[in-house]
Amino acid sequence: MIALADIERRIEAIRGADAGVPATEAAAELLRLGEAVLEHWVTARGEMPTKATREGFRLLALHHQGAKGEPSFNACRETCRELVYHHNLIAATTDAAALRRNLGLAARVALHLYFFVAGKLQEAALGEFCCSSRNGQNAAWQGDATMGNDP
Amino acid sequence: MSERYRKVAYYPGCALEGTGHAYDRSTRAVGKKLGLDLVEVRNWNCCGAMEVKNIDPKLQTYLSSRVMSIAAQEMGMDTVMAPCNGCYHNLKKAEYDLANDAASRDVVDRLSQKAGHATYRAGSLTTIHALDWIKEALGEDGIRLRTTRPLAGLKVANYYGCMYTRPRHIFPEKDKGEGSESTAAPHFMDDILAAAGAEIVDYPLKTACCGGAHTLSDSDTSTKLVLNLLETAEECGADVIATECPTCHSGLEMHQVRAEKRFGRKTRVAMMYFTQLLGVALGIGPRRLGIHENISDALEVLRAKGLR
Repeated sequence: MIALADIERRIEAIRGADAGVPATEAAAELLRLGEAVLEHWVTARGEMPTKATREGFRLLALHHQGAKGEPSFNACRETCRELVYHHNLIAATTDAAALRRNLGLAARVALHLYFFVAGKLQEAALGEFCCSSRNGQNAAWQGDATMGNDP
Repeated sequence: MSERYRKVAYYPGCALEGTGHAYDRSTRAVGKKLGLDLVEVRNWNCCGAMEVKNIDPKLQTYLSSRVMSIAAQEMGMDTVMAPCNGCYHNLKKAEYDLANDAASRDVVDRLSQKAGHATYRAGSLTTIHALDWIKEALGEDGIRLRTTRPLAGLKVANYYGCMYTRPRHIFPEKDKGEGSESTAAPHFMDDILAAAGAEIVDYPLKTACCGGAHTLSDSDTSTKLVLNLLETAEECGADVIATECPTCHSGLEMHQVRAEKRFGRKTRVAMMYFTQLLGVALGIGPRRLGIHENISDALEVLRAKGLR
């Protein structure tokens, strides 16, 4: 299994227009890198990564497997779907500038999946964010609780 | 203008009294300008947020049910509007659990009796988000009619975050085809701001994680996630990321600053609540929309686009 750090490096290389292969091949590689990220997650949970596909893509099957019993993992569901979408988009693109742009965005999506899963792997016990902490930039408003209703 | 949602119970939640104060301010200002009546839920409490839910999910269900009980049983309202994705999500989840899980109903009934208020009964109230409120009450044509300062030339990436559409089963009204919101590709914010004249960019990370849950325990992960969101928005050509969640919004702003300090990567895209952008289009002054409270320099972006 490809190491997580190597996955990040390779995605960054593709993002930086240093893929060294045609865009369609790079897009397919991004899908495989996405699968590799999810394989890490599934393996860390003590399971064997599936070889099956969903809607024609192993990435989506791996996500489905990884989200079983872990609802918060669905926070990367659309990220996986976006990666598949960009893979398909690149396959249908002929304009060189559009290809570069779409490949760059596909790499961004793959990178997001990587950060999300790597973060979850790193944090065995996720901490919490208290959203009621006060606005540090603007403490003065507290003296005027009716500001929201101003005329 | 649709009569539906002309008068709704308003549940700001804790975040809109703190980090998301500008969201509260702009939501109220937009409501007032449009003649929409927001009746704040009396003596409301925390929805249970992430903290309570992780320790005792049924206690979170009770906390959300108390808000809904007050709105429905004590105030006689049929709709409660929650602008915060966390609150919206938790109220929807409580509604689902109370309709489908007898154990949750038992706990809520017991705690409600102990607290001395009526037990909330599933189906008594409809929970909506601020996006539903504006979209349904005004519609895109209504927004176009009332727009006095179109957001022309302003390129906007709409960011919904991960709690607005997930999990699917607690949002039975979504994915119903034309006119309804999509859980896979949400578009209500796109529709509203496009009607206000903004140029919407295609943003591939509109529902991706902002790292909000990691922000204290693993700040670097949050910063990397946010930096990727910001840089992607810039690559898409956006001047502004429009938000509809106070946790996402404050996370984007705080980690934009941290990304520069920690990783030396500066981004210029500004963050604005969608209610702030809509308010600008409706001719409301920036101060009344709380734009000066934003950490990113949204005022400068508006100035550069001739919107100030």
